[in-house]
Amino acid sequence: MITERIDFKKNSVEALGNPKLKKALVNFTDRSRASRQKAVSGVSEWEELRSEARGIKEEVIKNLDSYLLELEKSVTRLGGKVHWAKNAEEASAIVVDIARKNNVKNVVKSKSMATEEIELNRHLISNGINTVETDLGEYIVQLCDDHPFHIITPAIHKTKEDISKLFSEKFDVPEYEDPQKLTNIARKELREKFLSADMGISGVNFAVAETGTIAIVENEGNARLATTFPDIHVAIMGIEKIVPKLKQLSIFLSLLARSATGQKSSTYVSLITGPRREGESDGPQQFHLVFVDNGRSDIAKSEETRESLYCIRCGACINICPVYRQVGGHSYGLVYSGPIGAIITPQLNDPQKTADLPFASSLCGACRDVCPVKIDFPHVLLSLRQKVVEETKGRANLQGLMEKIAFQVWSFVFSKPFYYSLTGRMMVFLQYFYQKDNELRGLPYPFSKWTKEKNFPAFSRKPFRKRWKEQYHGKNGIMR
Amino acid sequence: MLRVLSGMGLEVEFPQDQTCCGQPAFNSGHRKEAEKVACHFLDVFSDSNKAIVCPSGSCVSMVKNYYTQLFRDDPERLSRAEKISSNIYEFSEFVFQRKERISFNSSYRGRVTFHDSCHALRELGISSQPRELIKSLNGVDLVEMEMADACCGFGGTFSIKYPEVSKSMLQEKTDSIVNSGADAVVSTDMGCLMNIKGLVSRKKLPVKVLHLAELLAFEGSE
Repeated sequence: MITERIDFKKNSVEALGNPKLKKALVNFTDRSRASRQKAVSGVSEWEELRSEARGIKEEVIKNLDSYLLELEKSVTRLGGKVHWAKNAEEASAIVVDIARKNNVKNVVKSKSMATEEIELNRHLISNGINTVETDLGEYIVQLCDDHPFHIITPAIHKTKEDISKLFSEKFDVPEYEDPQKLTNIARKELREKFLSADMGISGVNFAVAETGTIAIVENEGNARLATTFPDIHVAIMGIEKIVPKLKQLSIFLSLLARSATGQKSSTYVSLITGPRREGESDGPQQFHLVFVDNGRSDIAKSEETRESLYCIRCGACINICPVYRQVGGHSYGLVYSGPIGAIITPQLNDPQKTADLPFASSLCGACRDVCPVKIDFPHVLLSLRQKVVEETKGRANLQGLMEKIAFQVWSFVFSKPFYYSLTGRMMVFLQYFYQKDNELRGLPYPFSKWTKEKNFPAFSRKPFRKRWKEQYHGKNGIMR
Repeated sequence: MLRVLSGMGLEVEFPQDQTCCGQPAFNSGHRKEAEKVACHFLDVFSDSNKAIVCPSGSCVSMVKNYYTQLFRDDPERLSRAEKISSNIYEFSEFVFQRKERISFNSSYRGRVTFHDSCHALRELGISSQPRELIKSLNGVDLVEMEMADACCGFGGTFSIKYPEVSKSMLQEKTDSIVNSGADAVVSTDMGCLMNIKGLVSRKKLPVKVLHLAELLAFEGSE
């Protein structure tokens, strides 16, 4: 739940002031961009795969209702149980309820952004249920009482020194510098948690409507343990995660691994089809699948922004984003960051409180080029920007109001050639006090935002129109 | 631009009433205001069948890719927008298509690096044309900078809304320009150039900031 307005400016200025963070971000984004590029260039039919995946997603989102019912039917047939949650509170309440009914005391979780979105941990813990993240990055984030910095690599904002100190404090061990040693400590701690867990909670990368299979993609093996070892497995999925047919899954797995981490395939791909069956010796006895809507069916209705739901959460848009590279994940306020955060957070939450996000982009479009399902981010961002402006009529705050007035004046001047020329001449006069060597400095608000760090070109004393007439003018302004 | 185009033996017209394509308002979410200015653009340009050549990829992309969105509920203007969109060219693509017709009289000598403007690159698919034109000049070496295709941080009102983030992006861009060892950075979009030049002048960095047209028709000595 979002309580106060996400202040992207304040958050980003704070992040920019942290040189350690900047270094981590540059290293991380450089590395992930390069490895994705390498992985993708090895697939000659990459563009075809993207188109195919997009086509499948278009079909799914258009007919989401019937696919959800089909998936429910498949899961039920296998002996699993499907729960429908309208919003975040309902989703968390469902999981708490399952835990209570089964007298669950200890929960292990694998990485799931949907559970971050619904703030499941907070609900479980406040109901007295021990809940432990078992993905190493998420575990670190949880130990620091922090939030994920990235949807795939949640702890990239932590250096190994940070983690060494953290582990030393939490587990009473020396401050090891060696990442392998640190990993072993976490592994030992987590192994205990797996052994004592009565319930495992996972996300869902893809859910196959036809067979009721859920696919979970990971690199650490913790998700496989969390979903097979405890007696109860609860999987949480945003309702957009459906793939109609099992045979279509390979397209998405191929796109996801390469786009996310530059791998040909993730180390573990678990396909889970229902709970333990008769005659089987292991696997959970209960399988619950929670459908989380939380605003998604509204997005599905919007023709302009529907494609936001095609996202497979690979994070490629985040890794390539020049804005994310400067400001990092927490600047976007909630769990989803970068371009995908900028388009999805405002649609899943109060648009007024998230109104900064659609503007937190230079519209460079690099995200669109790497997106495995070809989400046209600039298009969605523009549509959301229009919505912000139209819904508030520019009156959300003083700045919004001033911007509205400025654009009204601008549109008047720029649609009347006479006033356009006149304004140009006025500028030449007005700029007198700010001009030095054909450039302007120290301009008044709001242009001060520009001239604080950069010069601005001066308006020419002799406008181009005049030069044109004097130097080039032929008949009807034609130059010969 | 005029010198290059007329050097190609083309007749150049400059409609005196032209102002702007409307993109600043459109990209800031002010659709109505954008529409008003875009209507004016259509009125100025849609009567002619002549090619429209523009020194900024961003403006071309606005007309080519977004006018159809802007005028989707206005069939009359939509059809004019569609006609225009097949007739508007970014400067480098226009010149490159006709490069056999001219030899450039650039007196520039030195190493230049090229910055890809986001909209020319990703919305118009322009990448090799300006580079080929640069390479065709005698005495000019093209050296690629790191991440030539990364945004310079301009983004229209983005640079005013989030100047700190924009500046940080620009800082990376000017760092890679300087690190390339080039003595000039060349691009094909007035927005990027204004932004890059803004910091280059403020910091007195030892590089020239030139539009491709300025390079192609360079006079005097650097």
